[in-house]
Amino acid sequence: MERRLGRIKAKIKRYRKNPLSLVLFILVTASACITFAVLLFIIGFILYNGIPHITADLFAWEYSSENASLMPALINTIIMVFLSLILTVPTGVFAAVYLTEYTKKQSKLAAIIRITSETLSGIPSIVYGLFGFLFFVTTLKWGISLISGVFTVSVMVLPLIMRTSEEALRAVPESYREGSFGLGAGKLRTVLSIVIPAAFPGILSGIILAAGRIVGETAVLIYTSGTVAKIPSGRDFMFDSARTLSLHMYVLSSEGLYTKQAYATGAVLLFIVLAINRTSGFLAKRIMKGNKGWRK
Amino acid sequence: MKKQIERIFENVIFLAACTSVLCVILICLFLFSSGIPAIGKIGLKDFLSGTEWNPGDIPPSYGILPMILGSFFVTAGAIVIGAPVGVLTAVYLAKFCPERILKWLKPAIDLLAGIPSVVYGFFGVIALVPAIRNFLGGNGYSILTASILLGIMILPTVINVSTEAINAVPESYYQGSIALGASHERSVFFAVLPAAKSGILASVVLGTGRAVGETMAVIMVSGNQARMPSGLLKGIRTLTANIVIEMGYAADMHREALFATGTVLFVFILIVNLLFLLLKRRTE
Amino acid sequence: MEKITIENLNLFYGKFQALHNINMTIQSNEITAFIGPSGCGKTTLLKTMNRMNDLVPGCSLSGRVLLDGDNIYGDIDVNMLRKRVGMVFQKPNPFPMSIYDNIAYGPRTHGIKSKALLDEIVEFSLRKAAVWDEVRDRLKKSALGLSGGQQQRICIARALAVNPEVLLMDEPTSALDPVSTSKIEDLIVDLSKNYTIVLVTHNMQQALRISDRTAFFLNGRLIEYSDTEKLFSMPKDKRTEDYITGRFG
Repeated sequence: MERRLGRIKAKIKRYRKNPLSLVLFILVTASACITFAVLLFIIGFILYNGIPHITADLFAWEYSSENASLMPALINTIIMVFLSLILTVPTGVFAAVYLTEYTKKQSKLAAIIRITSETLSGIPSIVYGLFGFLFFVTTLKWGISLISGVFTVSVMVLPLIMRTSEEALRAVPESYREGSFGLGAGKLRTVLSIVIPAAFPGILSGIILAAGRIVGETAVLIYTSGTVAKIPSGRDFMFDSARTLSLHMYVLSSEGLYTKQAYATGAVLLFIVLAINRTSGFLAKRIMKGNKGWRK
Repeated sequence: MKKQIERIFENVIFLAACTSVLCVILICLFLFSSGIPAIGKIGLKDFLSGTEWNPGDIPPSYGILPMILGSFFVTAGAIVIGAPVGVLTAVYLAKFCPERILKWLKPAIDLLAGIPSVVYGFFGVIALVPAIRNFLGGNGYSILTASILLGIMILPTVINVSTEAINAVPESYYQGSIALGASHERSVFFAVLPAAKSGILASVVLGTGRAVGETMAVIMVSGNQARMPSGLLKGIRTLTANIVIEMGYAADMHREALFATGTVLFVFILIVNLLFLLLKRRTE
Repeated sequence: MEKITIENLNLFYGKFQALHNINMTIQSNEITAFIGPSGCGKTTLLKTMNRMNDLVPGCSLSGRVLLDGDNIYGDIDVNMLRKRVGMVFQKPNPFPMSIYDNIAYGPRTHGIKSKALLDEIVEFSLRKAAVWDEVRDRLKKSALGLSGGQQQRICIARALAVNPEVLLMDEPTSALDPVSTSKIEDLIVDLSKNYTIVLVTHNMQQALRISDRTAFFLNGRLIEYSDTEKLFSMPKDKRTEDYITGRFG
């Protein structure tokens, strides 16, 4: 304890001689505090106002203008995430496998693929929405429907899956591959049985991140999968319009009469996003620990 | 037999890899082919510099300058607010934060990044708008409100890329400065940061891209009046808002004009991303 | 004249003891060389003299290190200490700035703002480091554009610009070619007229060539310390003899 006081005293002395250093220190610490405080405030505000309004009504199976239930929207969101992942995960992971295992560093094609992937990740969601509307809804005549939304959202998260999978694959130590080749295994077997499983936690973390992205999307879906607050059903369910949770919240808050439910929906959304975030982070930590263990 | 399976597999993943190229081509194709004819019909100059957006008038006017300026001011405001806080926070995280606090702060930043834009927008409507209305006047839906909200939203982007850039600076610069008797703060600001310049700039460029492309949150707090910006506390409409708001009921020429707005936005984002990539290459 | 005195120094990285009971004195205006196999603690000991070890988490020590009689681990301003005791690193590490700004960085940090004075200091330091003639016409260009040997001399000039009394050099020529090495060795000998120099080196011939006194370390312990010529021609300890005749290390 005395040592700590002594250290603090020494620090104060140093700062007195060096006022600029003190100013700089205050600047950076204050900025970090602002950032953290903002986060706490936003989350706290929404949770504080939203949790009290989370009622059973809100989770009623059918939406009506009385209960403003989010259940159909929630189910729709789950369906949408599920279907999009079915599309993007194989495509994205395989594309990443191609980039890391089957091309050389100077390959021009690889460079082009990477540039297009980076370009895609920079495009704002409304432009994706527009594209989805033009291509899937209009040209392919799928109309404003679940399937249009699924495909548009898939294009949007493809670069994310590609990038995180590529990182995960690159992090697999070269020694694994060498060990496998050394035993006489071919490239295909090495990739499928050794490399991909080793990269799995990282890939999974990226998938969960993508799921989080999809849950939060609104602008993409307004004009591709629409705002109907029902769970699509029947044989042609893919072609029904279906509102997702984020969209639901937007509609509620813009209609003005449903502030309480909007708060509650916001709280639910935050919970989901929090859960997704923590899971992804937890997995990411697991890979770090896992790799360190192997390296010994 | 084995060789055949290997061959098939290689082809499959090659096709998968080409998907992203295909997507970019498709997007460019559709956006340009729907937007450019419209721009042609309206006239490039009238479209980009026309100050009146009145599709309902007879004759209708399709000038998007008000929206271009709206996006510009809101984004500029977001950068003014978000970039300094973001970069300084990144410096804190990379060079000042004690280990035990870092464990909590890093996930907190990721959380900020994961909050959906509707939630930000809702927060803006419920908390920011009344606050601005009470303390500064106006009706609360304004450039200022949108700038503050967007500034918060781009924080995670700026922080993450800047932190990466700062951490990539070789330790030897810091040690060299300390050995000359400079304090920790001076060493970080005058020896380490200058070396991370391009990376930090890249983070701000990326943040700009995000701010320009943001739709939902901006719609909810900026007022959405389609007219030339007339004051910090007055409402405006951004390019993104323009598309979303009117798409629902636009027809024929009006709709095509909206596509054209999308094309303009797309081109701008492509330029921003190109800039970002170039800056990132510089750091390597 | 005693410049630095080390008394009963024990240093720990966490639980691992890196230095055991070091007692020695560094004389002023001499070149003292530290030699020994990798991991013997010579660089660690060097870094205790300007408290660069403070940057290593988990590092603790007991004992005293006196600079002109004052304990540098007591109640002193560490930044001022590092101004008096400068350091040159193994790998040249000029800042990514112009040559001028590199040299002026130290003086500016310690409060010198006048351009005229800075110009003087820059020229003086570059001359002392025997590199003025090579760079006088390109002071505003980046220091990173120079050769390895030139960069190292820039780093030496940079260290000299804050007017130190002691220069700690951690294998300053190990990353350089033989021609640059020889130039820098000449420079070090010349500098020792005005500065106290402590030199860590892997290269025994270098220690023999330029140092006045040599200290041999092994496993964190000071084995032998005497005039260079004596240590190399008539080592008192068998371990010293084994090392300098190449039987290990």
